[in-house]
Amino acid sequence: MPLVTGSAADDATVTKTRRSGGAQPPAAGSRRHGRRRSLGRHTLHGWLFSTPFLVLFGVFMLFPIVATLWMSFTDFGVRDVRQPLEAQFVGLDNYTRLFGDDTFRTALFNTAYFVVVGVPLTIVLGLLVALMLNNGIDRARTFFRVGFYAPVVTSIVAVAVVWRFVLDPSDGLIAGLATELGTKAPDFLGSGTWAMPSLILLAVWRNLGTVMVLFIAGLQAIPTEVREAARLDGAGGWQELRRITVPLLRPTMLYATVITTIGYLNVFEEPFVMTQGGPGDATLTVSLNMYREGFNFFHMGYASAMAYVLFVVIMGITVLQLRLLKDNTR
Amino acid sequence: MSAPTASAPAASAPTDPAPAGRRREGRVRRPVLYVLASLGLLVMATPFLWMALSAFKTRQDLTASPPVWIPSRWTLDSFSALLDQLDMPRYFVNSLVVAVMVTVCNLLFCSMLGYALAKLDFAGRSKVFATVLAALMVPGNLLILPLYVLMSGLNLIDTYAGLVLPFAASAFGVFLMRQFMQTVPDELLEAARIDGAGEWYIFWRIVLPLVKPALATLAIFTFLGSWNNFVWPLVATNDPGKYTLPVALATFANDPNRTVAGGNGMLMAGSLLVVLPVLAVFALLQRHFTQGIATAGLK
Repeated sequence: MPLVTGSAADDATVTKTRRSGGAQPPAAGSRRHGRRRSLGRHTLHGWLFSTPFLVLFGVFMLFPIVATLWMSFTDFGVRDVRQPLEAQFVGLDNYTRLFGDDTFRTALFNTAYFVVVGVPLTIVLGLLVALMLNNGIDRARTFFRVGFYAPVVTSIVAVAVVWRFVLDPSDGLIAGLATELGTKAPDFLGSGTWAMPSLILLAVWRNLGTVMVLFIAGLQAIPTEVREAARLDGAGGWQELRRITVPLLRPTMLYATVITTIGYLNVFEEPFVMTQGGPGDATLTVSLNMYREGFNFFHMGYASAMAYVLFVVIMGITVLQLRLLKDNTR
Repeated sequence: MSAPTASAPAASAPTDPAPAGRRREGRVRRPVLYVLASLGLLVMATPFLWMALSAFKTRQDLTASPPVWIPSRWTLDSFSALLDQLDMPRYFVNSLVVAVMVTVCNLLFCSMLGYALAKLDFAGRSKVFATVLAALMVPGNLLILPLYVLMSGLNLIDTYAGLVLPFAASAFGVFLMRQFMQTVPDELLEAARIDGAGEWYIFWRIVLPLVKPALATLAIFTFLGSWNNFVWPLVATNDPGKYTLPVALATFANDPNRTVAGGNGMLMAGSLLVVLPVLAVFALLQRHFTQGIATAGLK
């Protein structure tokens, strides 16, 4: 079953049956021995308990979503921060400008690069580690798991600062080791070729643990009988992995891919701390570009248009992935 | 690739003694696995080790080539230089206050809605749940620009409230609490209702104590999320006195006026101070993490 979406669907069906139950005369409510309860027995309290979340959601999420859309059709600038309603309506100008903007195109390309290389690497390495830790390592298993997961809980800013030092061309660890081996390490963060792979390396290192934990949970949900049966039928280790384990891990893979992709599409801290988008614009991502336009140059209307384009791209890719991966399970 | 799965059943039931045939196979392959896993772990740990050791190095050790792993002389110079330049205790307090406030708000609000969604039958419930699921998908970057305008209008830039409010109730938290609260038996709640207990009493005195593990999980995740949060605190603070730790560290790391000599030592000391409390908490409470992720991801 697909994970998050799956339970959403489950819930929808549950609610549907409840709703049909509620359509019955109120007397049905007194027959409590049945599974069905009358609709809205706790309507007052239901809404009371929902209020804090809904108020915060409305003010700090729903309103900004709508406001970003409105801002993206204006020339919202630094003066308008105090007088938001004074911003000039400019129609689709921001969007048309966006598609002719080379910097934005570069940022889109860099973000795509980050996702296309980073996501598969993270998923595959996470799966490998999960398989390793789940099948065959039972002593000190927690120790290993904690070790691989540790980077996930750390501040991206702090670990980016550390990685910057590790990759430093003069005093860094890798440069030093290379000198010792008689070669010269590239200036990782100062080179247009190496800067992006370096950021991807950091991201994979930091996010592998999340994917690993998801896969371990997925592996443990596979009934032992299924594997025993495959084994009795003469499946070897590789066959078992290909025919049993991986297909049964599809839902986990779907979820892991979707959340990793969403996270990587929003990549911001890594380039902000490690390269400031450089050298040139080699590591400028969409989020970093949006931050610059919005908060360094105060072109907030223009930055809002970027935010919306990114949002639409994220939604599109998420829906596509859900479709693709779901279909493959059939 | 074939090695890991070969000994699968023995591993998935570690308490059962493995059948003789498989044990023989395991004997050959497991040491290889342990070596591989240890190597992987070493790679994962290297940046942390490098950070922790470099924070205690002298200036000469920091720029030595070939690199020095173990400081030739252990020194706290980097820490004292860092504390001279940055008001770390203040940033620490800022991060702590914000994280505690965010956590308390989330524990209360998320469990309230989680309870309503899991146990209260009310008109509109499916719509509220759909809202939560939709909120789960919204990327934070989409909200930053108008949030900044809104907070400026409310005069909440450079305040704790401005840092806390946008994160006071997470959809993830609601989802997690709902999943856990569904496991509380309805009969228990019905019995309490028959005894005349009010909904708030039932929630506070009966349901919450039963989902303590979930609350612990949510508390840890929320606290860490807030502690490590960067983009919004970066945007919502102009006054350096209100910086959180990551904002202060990033600003310091990107400061072109920072003295380069010995700068890396200071940065490693700063990173260590940011990361160490979190790693310590994680090492102590690691069970809650893996459970939390698994529960939120897989129903």
